[in-house]
Amino acid sequence: MFFDALPGAISLGLIWGIMAIGVFITYKVLDFPDLTVDGSICTGGAVCAVLLGLGVNAWWALLVAVIAGALAGLVTGIFHTLLGIPSILAGILTQLILWSVNLKIMGQANTPVDTRNTYVIITQLEPGWSILILFAFIALIVGGLYWFFGTEFGCGIRATGNNPNMSRAQGINVNLDKIVALMVSNALVALAGAMLAQYQGFADINMGRGAIVIGLAAVIIGEAIVSRISRNFAVQLSSAVIGAILYYIVYQFVIWLELDTEYLKMFSAIVVAIFLAIPYWKKTYFRNFINKTKKHLPRGGNSGGAQGSVTDENTEGAQNNG
Amino acid sequence: MAEKVMLKLENVCKTFNPGSVNEKSALKNIDLEVYEGDFITVIGGNGAGKSTLMNAICGTFPIDAGKIILNGDDITRLPEYKRAKYLGRVFQDPMLGTAPNMEIEENLALAYRRGKLRSLMPRITRQERAFYREQLARLELGLEDRLTVKVGLLSGGQRQSLTLLMATMKKPDLLLLDEHTAALDPRTAAKVLGLTEEITAENKLTTIMITHNMMDAIRCGNRLIMMQEGRVIYDVSGEEKKSLSVRDLLEKFRESGGEINDRMVLS
Repeated sequence: MFFDALPGAISLGLIWGIMAIGVFITYKVLDFPDLTVDGSICTGGAVCAVLLGLGVNAWWALLVAVIAGALAGLVTGIFHTLLGIPSILAGILTQLILWSVNLKIMGQANTPVDTRNTYVIITQLEPGWSILILFAFIALIVGGLYWFFGTEFGCGIRATGNNPNMSRAQGINVNLDKIVALMVSNALVALAGAMLAQYQGFADINMGRGAIVIGLAAVIIGEAIVSRISRNFAVQLSSAVIGAILYYIVYQFVIWLELDTEYLKMFSAIVVAIFLAIPYWKKTYFRNFINKTKKHLPRGGNSGGAQGSVTDENTEGAQNNG
Repeated sequence: MAEKVMLKLENVCKTFNPGSVNEKSALKNIDLEVYEGDFITVIGGNGAGKSTLMNAICGTFPIDAGKIILNGDDITRLPEYKRAKYLGRVFQDPMLGTAPNMEIEENLALAYRRGKLRSLMPRITRQERAFYREQLARLELGLEDRLTVKVGLLSGGQRQSLTLLMATMKKPDLLLLDEHTAALDPRTAAKVLGLTEEITAENKLTTIMITHNMMDAIRCGNRLIMMQEGRVIYDVSGEEKKSLSVRDLLEKFRESGGEINDRMVLS
């Protein structure tokens, strides 16, 4: 039955929701498309699974996984700020480094977690309990981030993502802020990876493949839902989680329909592509529409724009001319 | 009269794309002393090095040679964000000076903390809010009642006024205005320029203003500099500056082999 699988879908959605919050921080707040996440989610899972295997307490394992994720973010941040590598490439390079690192951490491509005989925080054997714990985690994370981005420092990070020129002119250390945001983001992604390893009972070298697309899909779906309701930052963060849950409910639905799940990654990529295209389409077609209407205006109607001046009415048009 | 030197440029040089076909010597051995309280207008054709000079002072790029001394401190090697502590800047493009997705009061709070360590304290306090409201009221744009509106929703003129306020709210050692009214319609430009004069006079701010408008260049400030191909070719102040006419400036410009374009004559 479809509904029997729902708790599992919601748990997975919540786990990937933590990851989606991390993607939200880089992609939305910092305006930095960070591809590190494909690697750092696996790093989190690998570290956690290996430590659990060594008999380390699950909470400590979680903490070490989070630190490992933050370090992954640090590497991308250093690539980007100190070495001047473009954002996407910096993430890809770290991703590749992490592929080797993750294999070294696990010593093999797959590390099982004996969830029956070791203490784990969440497991798919108890989906109800897992959902409760994941909710608590997400509440803490959203609350914490809401506070952090409301501080002087967090406000600087938001400004950095919004307008780096202005930020430098206002004395913000843009490079430092980028690194910190990347570390926070990847720490959350690794946390999601560690949770996932516990929940499904193993860490796998391929568990992060395409993670960025799921994260983006969650952020975009979530945004589409709440953007009309509230602009509050905490609501926006939570929307990423809602997006992730919806993503996994659809995923379950596809399985229930007995459709070929191998197509799912392709579908998510296409969905993300379409959603990313919408603002671009809106702008291009909307602008064409304006240009067409302007042609019907009497001559000289746009003389202000031709001189490169910005009036309140035609800011957009003047930017084009200037 | 022994005036205090606020900014001193010694032999500042900058070449872009050295060794390539696009090599451009943008600043050639610039020597300049700016005294405390000076309001300097800078004019010159396109590519004369006006904006490059300003960006060199701000630290947008490292200079090839020379020294930049601000208020007695050598800032030549200081990174851009650290120099920001001493500098107020307004850019030509109204989009550049503010963070569009953040609220008016958040933008002001960012500017209010320029040069201070950004801690984990709340980004804005209650007393500040009252202060911002008071400051915004001076702009007479009604922004004091719209503190939590996103800056992206404001018009070019409003944003430029806000940027000016952000640049001067914490008194900078030097205010740098890079054609900050050039992208505005004439009426708004006049208003923003009036506000600029008011604020600089009131706070006795040392100011450098680039402009394409020769009339503004003559009317505003106490000193005028003309640049041409990376050099300061004319530096005039006091009574001599006041008695200048646009015709004189154009003559001066032609003498030095500069090309005169419509924008300089008409605006």
